[in-house]
Amino acid sequence: MNVLEARGLTKHFPGPARGSLVHAVNGVSFDIAAGETVAMVGESGSGKSTIGRLVLGLESPTAGSAVVEGRDLASLSTRELRTQRARMQMVFQDPWGTLNPRMSIATLIEEPFLLHTALSAAERAEAAAQLAGRVRLDRRLLNRHPAQLSGGQLQRVAIARAIATAPKLVVLDEPTSSLDLSVRAEILDLLAELRHESQAAFLFITHDLGTVRLVADRVVVLYLGSVVESGPVAQVFDDPQHPYTQTLLSAHLPTDPRAPLHRHLLEGEIPSPLKLPPGCAFAGRCPVALPRCSEAAVALHKHGEGSRTVACLRVADGGNRLNIT
Amino acid sequence: MSLLAVENLHTHFIAHDRMRRVRTARALNGVGFTVAAGEVLGLIGETGAGKSLTALSVMGLLRAPATIVAGSIRFDGRELVGLPEGEMNQLRGNAMALVVQSPRTSLDPLTRIGEQLARVHMAHRPATREAAQARALEMLEAVGIADAASRARAWPHELSGGMAQRVLIAMALINEPRLLIADEPTTGLDVTVQAQILDLLRAQVAARHLGAMIITHDLGIVAHYCERMAVMFAGGIVESGPVDAVFAAPRHPYTRNLIDSAPDRVQLGQAKIRAGSPPDLYNLPPGCPYADRCPRAQTLCGQAPPPTDFGAGHVAHCHFPEEVSA
Repeated sequence: MNVLEARGLTKHFPGPARGSLVHAVNGVSFDIAAGETVAMVGESGSGKSTIGRLVLGLESPTAGSAVVEGRDLASLSTRELRTQRARMQMVFQDPWGTLNPRMSIATLIEEPFLLHTALSAAERAEAAAQLAGRVRLDRRLLNRHPAQLSGGQLQRVAIARAIATAPKLVVLDEPTSSLDLSVRAEILDLLAELRHESQAAFLFITHDLGTVRLVADRVVVLYLGSVVESGPVAQVFDDPQHPYTQTLLSAHLPTDPRAPLHRHLLEGEIPSPLKLPPGCAFAGRCPVALPRCSEAAVALHKHGEGSRTVACLRVADGGNRLNIT
Repeated sequence: MSLLAVENLHTHFIAHDRMRRVRTARALNGVGFTVAAGEVLGLIGETGAGKSLTALSVMGLLRAPATIVAGSIRFDGRELVGLPEGEMNQLRGNAMALVVQSPRTSLDPLTRIGEQLARVHMAHRPATREAAQARALEMLEAVGIADAASRARAWPHELSGGMAQRVLIAMALINEPRLLIADEPTTGLDVTVQAQILDLLRAQVAARHLGAMIITHDLGIVAHYCERMAVMFAGGIVESGPVDAVFAAPRHPYTRNLIDSAPDRVQLGQAKIRAGSPPDLYNLPPGCPYADRCPRAQTLCGQAPPPTDFGAGHVAHCHFPEEVSA
């Protein structure tokens, strides 16, 4: 069963000039089933964080809908949304900025129980101690304050808070980007374990392709607020269809000096979200673009068997392959 | 002879605490490495290992309470430790240049970028304003900025992160330095932009026969853009050598753990990775600083580990280096 169904999500923000609009997210649709992890990848400005906020109801969409557990978030009253929030949680990139520096670690971990359950103070303390064990946080740290913990420890606290109320949907916005490699590996390990235990739906927002391969079942590739390709991670990584996906994957540096690099370097810069190009957003930088790519919006099409989709006109005639050397 | 030779460098932070007692953080403890002309050295390690401090020490940019208490930094045979500030100023931005991590905060927000480049040139060369501006345009073109003439009139806030980083590289190269230090030059940039910037750096190193040092925590960058690497931990270099040799057979357990932690190598659920806090710099253990976290630590590790040479300049500081890659 799908925990999350995003349908045509669109978000425009007011731009710098009067009447101008930043087209941050433009008609994004995807599903996440219970127990499944979907990675959302794209470069800065591709709208991935905004999508994370939209599916949790932290922003309201300009158009489209986010349906969580069968309920459209836009249709919920403030009170209903508050109850629903216990069932959908977020872990942010910067654990230093998300935890109140004046609260002890124990209080921080107890807070979700205070907000969303009717547990007594003693029961909350007990639940918090248990939760600390689940995220493998040393219990001696519970009496400390955020400034006394390392980044990896703080991110464990943030994860403990997110899973406290056994949410059905967890959005992780670059949860490991600010951490050192060995700490990152430990956090990813913890997340994988929690995912198997909880059977929640995970949306993993990242720009690190190595992490995607490690944690996700499916991947959604964004460019300028639109989905250009999606599908099972192994299929997309082994045989990327959209020229942008091919470029993105070719820029990844494997941590093996003997692994050959197959590079396609991009020319130019990403177009401004203030003024979207009429056709495919990537057409201006795409080496295989045809005139018609820039004429009208390009829709996502099913590709092959299974759940793969790609938004490229050149897939039909086989001209979508970049000559990557 | 090496272009840059750092030997036994000790940089400490010396301050008084509330009780007026002297507190010393031993941030660098005997760092040593060399950079030859035409090669790129990758300096890698986790947060707080002392990578950036090493760069600042070499560039003579330390500010109190940080100070070099011992060691030697020789650039082109000339000792930089203790060099008067005026002479250091003549070298910085001229024969040796630094590219820092945050391009936007490193540019003067109130000066057009062409003018900033021209100023750096005029500070070190007897050039007229017109000649300096022409040189600025030439450099903007050299780092792949299209339409340099109009871009030179742009303000820093009008540039994207990748564009700003190119401007900083142009600024570092404008006086044809012989040594280029790039501190996390692509952290915060998108992967496609990162590829462009690193290709640019490598092309400039080759074309101008520079010695370069890239400071990073990204093993992929070291693997593909550096000839040699030096791995830092707790203010010391624990292992160094040719990139291929170190990746193929890491000899220090910290290096092994670091390489195993890379996202495209890690195996989830295998519990092989060891993370931990770096040691307290105010109270460093007498022997190997990694002993606390090391799976192979023994009593002997309470003494400082000697360097072991594995040939071709591959050196590890560990009492039991052979056993690591076995």
